Amino acid sequence: MAKEHSVDIIIDGKQVRAEAGEKILWAALSAGIEIPHLCAIEEADPPLGTCSLCLVEVEGRGVVASCVEPVSEGMVVHTRGRGSALRRRAMELLLADHPMTCKECPKKGKCEFLKVARAMKVKRPTHYRPFARVELPVDTSHPRIIFDPNQCIRCGRCLWVCKERLGEVPFDFINKGYEMCISTFMSRPLAETSCTGCGACVEVCPVAALCLKEQA
Amino acid sequence: MQGHLNDLQQRAQKKWEQLEGEALTVRIGTPTCGRAAGALDTLQDFRERIEKEGVEAHIIEVGCMGLCFAEPLVIIHKPKSGLPPILYGFITQQHVQRLVEGFLLGDDPCLELALGTVEFKEDGTPYIPELARFEIEERLVLRNCGYIDPLDIGHYLARGGYLTLQRALQMEPDAIILEIERAKLRGRGGAGFSTARKWRGCREIEARPKYLICNADEGDPGAFMDRVVLESDPHSVIEGMVIAAHVIGASQGFVYTRAEYPLVIERLKVALSQAREIGALGENIFDSGLSFDIELVAGAGAFVCGESTAMIYSIEGKRPMPRVRPPRSVERGLWQKPTVVNNVKTFALVQRIMEQGGERFSRIGTVGSTGTAVFALAGRVQQIGLVEVPMGTSLRKVIFDVGGGIPEGRRFKAVQIGGPAGGCLPESSLDLPVDYDSLRQAGAIMGSGGMICLDENNCMVETARYFLDFLCRESCGKCSMGRLVTKQMLLILEDIVKGQGTEADLDLLAALAHDVAEGTICNLCSSAANPTLTTLRYFRAEYEAHVKEKRCPALICRELITYYIVPEQCERGCDHCVLTCPTEAITTDERTRRKRILQDKCVKCGTCLDVCPPEYRAVIKVSPPEKVKELEKAAGG
Repeated sequence: MAKEHSVDIIIDGKQVRAEAGEKILWAALSAGIEIPHLCAIEEADPPLGTCSLCLVEVEGRGVVASCVEPVSEGMVVHTRGRGSALRRRAMELLLADHPMTCKECPKKGKCEFLKVARAMKVKRPTHYRPFARVELPVDTSHPRIIFDPNQCIRCGRCLWVCKERLGEVPFDFINKGYEMCISTFMSRPLAETSCTGCGACVEVCPVAALCLKEQA
Repeated sequence: MQGHLNDLQQRAQKKWEQLEGEALTVRIGTPTCGRAAGALDTLQDFRERIEKEGVEAHIIEVGCMGLCFAEPLVIIHKPKSGLPPILYGFITQQHVQRLVEGFLLGDDPCLELALGTVEFKEDGTPYIPELARFEIEERLVLRNCGYIDPLDIGHYLARGGYLTLQRALQMEPDAIILEIERAKLRGRGGAGFSTARKWRGCREIEARPKYLICNADEGDPGAFMDRVVLESDPHSVIEGMVIAAHVIGASQGFVYTRAEYPLVIERLKVALSQAREIGALGENIFDSGLSFDIELVAGAGAFVCGESTAMIYSIEGKRPMPRVRPPRSVERGLWQKPTVVNNVKTFALVQRIMEQGGERFSRIGTVGSTGTAVFALAGRVQQIGLVEVPMGTSLRKVIFDVGGGIPEGRRFKAVQIGGPAGGCLPESSLDLPVDYDSLRQAGAIMGSGGMICLDENNCMVETARYFLDFLCRESCGKCSMGRLVTKQMLLILEDIVKGQGTEADLDLLAALAHDVAEGTICNLCSSAANPTLTTLRYFRAEYEAHVKEKRCPALICRELITYYIVPEQCERGCDHCVLTCPTEAITTDERTRRKRILQDKCVKCGTCLDVCPPEYRAVIKVSPPEKVKELEKAAGG
C-alpha cells in the first residue's frame, strides 16, 4: 500500500486516514464528519476560502479554514469549540447582511445558503446593528441569466466555475472592504459581455444572485 | 570589472574628499517632508542669490535627516572658516539672504538660526552633538540620510557603497546566511520573521526562476519610514537587494511602492539606472556570474497590497486579495515561483550587516530583537520625524527624550504603534522596551514603524473608530469574517461616539474583536481588532463614559458635546464669535453685552472657540450636552 501518501489525523477524537496534502474539510467529510461549508469546491486550487463557515480548530495552529488547510501527520482537529463559535458568528453576520426576501425568492426551497444555516441551527440574529446595504439594480439584460447583486454572499463560486468553463470571465470582484462585490467590467449589462449564458454559474450559486430566466 | 569598481570608488572618494575638505557646500534637504515645508523655494533662492553674488559654492540636494519638524533643513560647510558643517533649521526664503550674506560671503555663521554642528562617528555616520536625541539614537538604516545626494551614486560610492556587495558576491550564499543569522536579523515589515530562515527556505527550493520583492508599499496612516529611506538613500536598499538575490539565486527583483510616492519613484529610477551603469545590476554583476535586475512597480492605491500575497497578485496584474498560506511565498510566490518579500529597511540593514559583521549588529538591541528600529514619530509630539534607536529602548525615551514630548504642556495619553493594525498603549506602558515581543505582549505590534502620539485632547473611542474605519475600507473583503465583522464593529463604534451605545455593546464589541482576530485568513483583518481591543483594555473608563453617561471625557465626539460661553470670562466689547458664527447662533445680551450660544441654532463647528482671543478663553466645550443647561441656570440665577 502507498503508505507514504497517506497520513493519520484525529478529528474530534476520531482517527481519520487522509491523503497527504488533502484539505481537512474533504478528509472529514469522507470520514463522515460534518463540517459546514458553502464556498468550498474540492477541485479549486487555490481554494476560495471566502465564506468562513468551515472554520475548525487545529491544535498548535489555532483556528483555520478547513477547506484551505492541508492535513499533516498527527494533526489534531476539533470541529466544536472555538471553531464552531466562529462559524456561527460568520453565519449570523452573513444572514444579517442578506436581504432575506425568501418569500419571493426564485431559489425558494432550493437555497443552499439557508440549508447550511439550518444545519448550523443559526437564525437571523436581531442583536446586531443593521448593515443597511444600499440596494443595487438587478441586471435582467441577458436573454438567459438574471444577476441580482443584492442577493450575493460573495463566495466567488461563480467566478471559479466560469473561469474553468470559459477561461475569460465576464465579471469579477470589484471594490474593497465591505463594499466588495461582484460586477461586470464598468458595471456594463451582462448582455454586453462575453457571457455565453451556459448557466454554470447558476448551478453553483448558493443563493439567488444568479438565476436562469426560466426559473424566475 | 572588479578593478573597475575600485577605480570608480577611488575617484568618487577623491571627489568627496575635495568636496568635504575644500569646497564651500550648501546642502538642502528636498525630500517630500522638506518640500512640504517649502524647501524648493529655499533651494531656488539659494541658487539665485549665490549666482547673483558670484559665490563659489556647491549646492547639494540631500534627503531627510529625520528632523522633519525643523524642515527646511540646510547644512552649510565652509572649510575655510575652520568650523565643522553647521545645520540650520526652519530655513524658509526669508532666512536665505541672511545666510548668504552672513556666512557664505562673510564670517558670521548665523548661529541664531543653527540647530547644531554636524560631526561624524568612526564609521562616518553623521550626528549632531548639540541635539540630545543623537545620544539615544543609533543610525544604521538612516546613516546616509540627509547628508548624501541620493541622485549622485558618487556620494554613495565615496562612503564605501557597493564594496560590500562586491565582497558578498565572492562569498558562498550559505556563508552570507550564516552572517545574517549571527546578526539575528528579523524582518522589518512588522511580523519580525527571521530573515535568515526565510532566505534559507527559498534557497533550498530547486524551482527556477526565483524572484525577490522589496515591499515599499507603505500605507499606514502616519508612517513614512520607507519613503524617507528610498528618497534619501536608495542605493543602500538596492545593494541589500542584490546581496539577497545572490543568496537565494533570484534573477529578477521588484520594488513595489506607492503611486502616491512620486519622489520615491523618480529618485529610485535614477538610482537604478546609475546602479546599472556601474554594473551593480544587470548581466554578470561585478564578474560574479550573477545576473539580476530590479523593476519598479507602482501600486494603485490599495492598502491591502502591503500584505505580501496580495502584493504578489498585484504585480501579476490581478486583483490584490491576500490568499491563505500555505503555500508560503518562498515556495509558491510570484507567478507560482519561489519568492522572497522583504521590507525596505530589512534590505538596508542587510547591507549594513554585511559591511560591519553580524556579530556587531547582534550586540545592538535586545537578545530577542537585535539591531535598531526605525520609527516615524507623528501626531501630538514636539519633534515629528524619523527616529532610529536600538531595539529595547523604552517608549518614554523615544517619545520624550528623542521626540521632545507632548506640545503645549498637554498630557500624554497614548501611543498608537504599528499602524492601523497596531495597538494603543497608555501612559503605564511608557517604560515598555520597544521590541517585537514586548509590544506583542502589550497588545500592539511593531508593524513597520508608525508611532502616533495622542494627548489628553484625543478621544480613544474616536481613535478606535478612526482606525477601524480605515481598515474596513481598505481590507480586501474576501472572507466573510473580515468583511462583515469589521463592518459590524465599526457600526457599533459609530453609535458609541454618537452616544447611542449601550453597556452591552462593549461586550459585543470585544467578542467581535476576538472573533475577527482568530477567524480571518490574513494578518490584515486579524490585526484589525488591535486598536479596539487595546483601547478597550487600557481605556475602558472612556468607553463607559460614552455609553453610560453619554459623555466624551476628551470633549471630541461632536454629538456628546456642546459649546458654552462662560459669562464671567466673556469680554463684552469683543464681537469675534458673533461675527464669525456661520449660523448666527450667538446673541448679545443688550444690557450686559455678554454673549450667549443659542443651542438649537448651534451646529458645533467650533469656530467661536477658535476665534475667542486667548486672553479671554470664554468659549468652552462641555459634555454631556445637557450639562450646559445646569451651567446656564447657575449663571442666570
